[in-house]
Amino acid sequence: MFLVYTEVRDGKIKKSSLEALSEARRRAQERDEEVHGVLLGHNVEELASQLYSYGASQVYVLENSLLQGYSSSGYAQALHSLVEEVNPEVIFFSATAMGQDLAPRLAAKLGVGLASDCTQISIKDGAMEVVRPIFAGKALATVHFKSSPQMATLRPNVFPAESSDNAQGETVKKEVVVSEEQVKGQVEEVLKGKGTEIDVSEAEIVVSGGRGMKATENFDVLRELTQILPHSALGASRAAVDAGWIDHQHQVGQTGKTISPVLYMAFGISGAIQHLAGMSSSKYIIAVNKDPEAPIFKVADFGVVGDLFELIPPLKEELKKQLSE
Amino acid sequence: MNILVFVKRVPDTESKIRIDQQSNSIIKEGLNFIISPYDEYAMEEALRLKEAQGGKVTAVSVGTKENQVILKKCLAMGADEATLIKDDAGETYDSLRVAKLLAQAVKQKFTEPHLLLFGKQSVGADNAQVPSMVAELLGMPQANVVTKLEIEGNKGTAYREIEGASEKVSFSLPAVVSAQKGLNEPRYETLKGIMMAKRKQIPELSLQDLGMKEEDLSPQLEVVRMDAPPPRKAGKVVEDEPPQAAKKLVEFLCQEAKII
Ligand SMILES: Cc1cc2nc3c(=O)[nH]c(=O)nc-3n(C[C@H](O)[C@H](O)[C@H](O)COP(=O)(O)OP(=O)(O)OC[C@H]3O[C@@H](n4cnc5c(N)ncnc54)[C@H](O)[C@@H]3O)c2cc1C
Ligand SMILES: Nc1ncnc2c1ncn2[C@@H]1O[C@H](COP(=O)(O)O)[C@@H](O)[C@H]1O
Repeated sequence: MFLVYTEVRDGKIKKSSLEALSEARRRAQERDEEVHGVLLGHNVEELASQLYSYGASQVYVLENSLLQGYSSSGYAQALHSLVEEVNPEVIFFSATAMGQDLAPRLAAKLGVGLASDCTQISIKDGAMEVVRPIFAGKALATVHFKSSPQMATLRPNVFPAESSDNAQGETVKKEVVVSEEQVKGQVEEVLKGKGTEIDVSEAEIVVSGGRGMKATENFDVLRELTQILPHSALGASRAAVDAGWIDHQHQVGQTGKTISPVLYMAFGISGAIQHLAGMSSSKYIIAVNKDPEAPIFKVADFGVVGDLFELIPPLKEELKKQLSE
Repeated sequence: MNILVFVKRVPDTESKIRIDQQSNSIIKEGLNFIISPYDEYAMEEALRLKEAQGGKVTAVSVGTKENQVILKKCLAMGADEATLIKDDAGETYDSLRVAKLLAQAVKQKFTEPHLLLFGKQSVGADNAQVPSMVAELLGMPQANVVTKLEIEGNKGTAYREIEGASEKVSFSLPAVVSAQKGLNEPRYETLKGIMMAKRKQIPELSLQDLGMKEEDLSPQLEVVRMDAPPPRKAGKVVEDEPPQAAKKLVEFLCQEAKII
């Protein structure tokens, strides 16, 4: 059985969890196995039905008021008891802030290996094989597991989420045995970032600016582009972050986020190796730079040599025209 | 306050990574090695806490003799002591091995630490696993990907980065904290620091010293292949006047990429 941890934020299941669930279904089918989902927290039961349509035939609901605020130790304890009881062969998390925090804690409890931030999963002769980028994507490692259960976190935005209508499943409530003692380092408060911006790691389109943006206020121009383009987020090079024009959360690259959106648009970014490492696995790359020799053009599917400040106004008009049609 | 900082030796971020298909590993020749960038934030935070509240900072690294260089750097930055846990296994990309070694060392060799500081992820392995694993093995609370840390008495508050927001986490010491960029600006070593570091001894611990055997540490993952990423080809580049270029760009998005 494939067990998928499905993450709840603001009362909703995260899209990346649905992607992990869909991938589990695709791979489990090859081995004739079932996929089960886990919902953990407080008042989460009503979300179970959504998981059926993404491939879970069973959903374990683990509720306890002590789990209302996230705590890696409390959540790992609850998951550990479940894993001991239901014995999954494979456990998936999505490689989100929560998944990356929780999965290694559970892996250590189980004494098994964990493959982080995987971008490909396949079944070879019945065994699971994963590919994970290392060196921020400068190399790809194909990994086999020598322990069981086999644990992996899946990079958001890489695996398609597929739902089917009138899928059915069963909700199984499990008692969670955790003591206050075991809930260490709990989240007390979630402090929201500015507005309702989508995170770069989760967006399908990333509009990114570099040193060529020249000033904080010019990032508003890019922000306007993200308002025109659907499912898009604002990204940045380290130079722009270090200049203080934009928060580090937006940094793309080896010491920022490694992302794989459908479209990456680089404005005034030269394409240093550390930046390329973070975005080279984007499906399409567009570069706008006034220097025809900029290395970013070597990886761009479409490049414009020119001044970004002159290009953006007509670009906005063209995009609006297209999107309204 | 007794602070341990865990540091890893990694190839410089500017490195071009070449792969040896025979051994499924990267080619080390010609690479310049550094302390993993996030570990520098951890080191800096330890020094600041010590400066504000007193105590001792010890840098610890698992690896070969060559890790002495990064430990010397930590001493030069201001660490009081450094220890090398000698493990010649090479990069296994298997965090549990390193976590077990570190947890055992903490239990046996470093008396009553208050804070264990890590980088949020090591450059290269990109696992982001060792801190959580060590926290679990030692039964400590954890706060990962931290951009702000406050310690008062035996209580800590950390702000950790999540998607589009941050989480405020409270915990009691001893605890594991991993550093994200933004936590601080690491200092440079001073000449005086470098001179002092030269004179300091770096004790080494072997698996035997830790009472561990190779069997306790057998790898849980195996890298069966390593490849270069598929090369990207340069696509179309236009140099038209802005209105024309904008049109062509949008055409590309609609017709070739089919994104809008
Ligand atoms: C340890 C370490 C880690 C690092 N990690 C990262 C990382 O995670 N992410 C990252 O991005 N970098 C990282 N870097 C930094 C990296 O080496 C580069 O310095 C950085 O990416 C450069 O950013 P940039 O392309 O915005 O700036 P630059 O290299 O200065 O490029 C600016 C570009 O803008 C163009 N331009 C200027 N004005 C205009 C205009 N009006 N119209 C059009 N084009 C214009 C210029 O032609 C130029 O190509 C790291 C470096 C180190 C040492
Ligand atoms: N070999 C090592 N020696 C000491 N600390 C390490 C080692 N490997 C990883 N760490 C610590 O664990 C953090 C996360 O590493 P990783 O889980 O490999 O991404 C690093 O930033 C270091 O603080």
